[in-house]
Amino acid sequence: MDVVSKLVDVTMDFETRIFGRKRRVRAVDRVSLEVRRGEIYGLVGESGSGKSTIGRISIRLYKPTKGRVFYGKLDITELPESKLRYLRREMQLIPQDPYGAINPIQTIGEALVEPLLIHYKLSKDEAVEQAHRALEEVGLHPSTEFFTRRPRELSGGQLQRAVIARAMILKPKYIVADEPTSNLDASIRTSIIKLLLDLREKYEQSLLFITHDIALLSLIANRIGVLYLAQLFEEGPTEKIVKNPLHPYTKALLSAIPLLSDELGLEKVYLKGEIGDPSNPPRGCRLHPRCPYAMDKCKTEEPPLIMVNEGRSVKCWLYYNS
Amino acid sequence: MLELFKSNVAGKASRALLNASRIILGNKYILAGFIIVLVFVLMAILADFIAPYSPIEIVGPVLQPPSQKYLMGTDNLGRDVFSRTIYGSRVVLLTTAIAIALSGAIGTLLGLISGYIGGALDRVFSFIMDSIYAFPSLILAIALSVALGPSPINAAIAIAVVYIPTYFRMVRGQVLSIKNEPYIEIARALGIPSTRIVTRHILPHVGRTLMVVFSMNSADAILTEAALSFIGLTVQPPQPDWGFDLYKGRGFILTGYWWMMVFPGFCITLLAVGFALISEGVSTVISGGKR
Repeated sequence: MDVVSKLVDVTMDFETRIFGRKRRVRAVDRVSLEVRRGEIYGLVGESGSGKSTIGRISIRLYKPTKGRVFYGKLDITELPESKLRYLRREMQLIPQDPYGAINPIQTIGEALVEPLLIHYKLSKDEAVEQAHRALEEVGLHPSTEFFTRRPRELSGGQLQRAVIARAMILKPKYIVADEPTSNLDASIRTSIIKLLLDLREKYEQSLLFITHDIALLSLIANRIGVLYLAQLFEEGPTEKIVKNPLHPYTKALLSAIPLLSDELGLEKVYLKGEIGDPSNPPRGCRLHPRCPYAMDKCKTEEPPLIMVNEGRSVKCWLYYNS
Repeated sequence: MLELFKSNVAGKASRALLNASRIILGNKYILAGFIIVLVFVLMAILADFIAPYSPIEIVGPVLQPPSQKYLMGTDNLGRDVFSRTIYGSRVVLLTTAIAIALSGAIGTLLGLISGYIGGALDRVFSFIMDSIYAFPSLILAIALSVALGPSPINAAIAIAVVYIPTYFRMVRGQVLSIKNEPYIEIARALGIPSTRIVTRHILPHVGRTLMVVFSMNSADAILTEAALSFIGLTVQPPQPDWGFDLYKGRGFILTGYWWMMVFPGFCITLLAVGFALISEGVSTVISGGKR
């Protein structure tokens, strides 16, 4: 199968200094996943689960502490920034917060023209023309109206469209969308997602869609990966994950959406307490203090990622012997 | 559509000029300070036309009190104090301008590099800068001036070194916070080269801070320059120079020849006040959010 982006056993540590004392936070813990050509891979998890970090590692905005990162067949783990620059046109990030995504000193037009002039041998006029076309494409019409405006003069929805236009302007093949709608009004979320999906189809892009909204993923994703405290807990095709969740954590995520879980007749699972401290995760299985199924084994030994069947894996002791 | 974009680029310079004039006229501190500084700058430029006599030639009897012929009297060698004061502004302004430009350029550059790259390099730069900063500024300037030898350029370098850390620290601090803005990360994701990120995406945000630091330092730099020339570390006699004339006049004030000292001293003070007024105005404009 043709793979666009692949992470192999990736671990990411962040070091913070608090009053001179070093504190290490493991934001990603031995995660492997791949995004296949043409698919939408949905990565779901709570805040602090490391999902944004994984997205940024996959396009090498971060360099992982351990593990390898591939773009296609190319190992980009150790690639220096100067060489990565040429790959940047192939892979793009759509950030969570459109308000901070464009430098306030730039106009929308300048922000769109700049990457074009850096990556392609274009005259300024050609770049400006392309930028106008890109704005029209994302529904900012008429583009002349938006071209000379500054980010603060646009609404959140318009700004996110402009940000998407800029991400698409280099014609990338792989997009990491990091909660692209979570900072927007509920009323415009759907239209932004639809725009993203339309463009993806048009340009045959592969998409890593990061969100905390598993209901949304159940509608758009081909495959889903579930993260909890820096680890991948469950992975598989969307339909199987949604209709037959295996991991108690996935079950809990789905139980939180009554419309979906009632319709599918899923077993309800409720977790105790809050997500743990990423800098000091629980021993054994990281979910055990919250998990209603927790056994003695879960408190001491970390479960392996178990292949359940074709393309389906789960990190839980409940499925160890089956 | 294309014209719109082009006129936008072309209009940037004139818009900046318009902005500047609006700031100067909009705040009475800045306006007053600006007028004072402007008068001195004009004085320096037009010295040849304003000064009635040559500043270094003996033009009359020694130690004449101010009169119509000698507006500020004559000094102990019979030179015209008025002409010397006029010409003296050149040294002060030029030395200070070079010093400020040097410290601003070097401090900003190092601050940008240090803040953006971070890591070990940042620690080394910060350590050096903090060490310089820890010295009393005047003592350091004197020591450097002596080591480099007396001349206006060396004095300018000495003063520049003293003020580099101020620029460095302010710029570095700003870079550290801007570096974490999402638009910088996106710029990286778009493959924009680091040098361009620093110069086009970070530097413009530092502009305001630079303006404040600049206006704060300039008054101080004038006084430091005056102190250096007071002890004879800038131009050499017989070239006119406020600080050195002040020093020479010091010996005559007790015998009643006050004019040798008062006029250059007054000029130093007034020029420093001018810059201090600008500084005051700039910081109120920026903190008061009048823009």
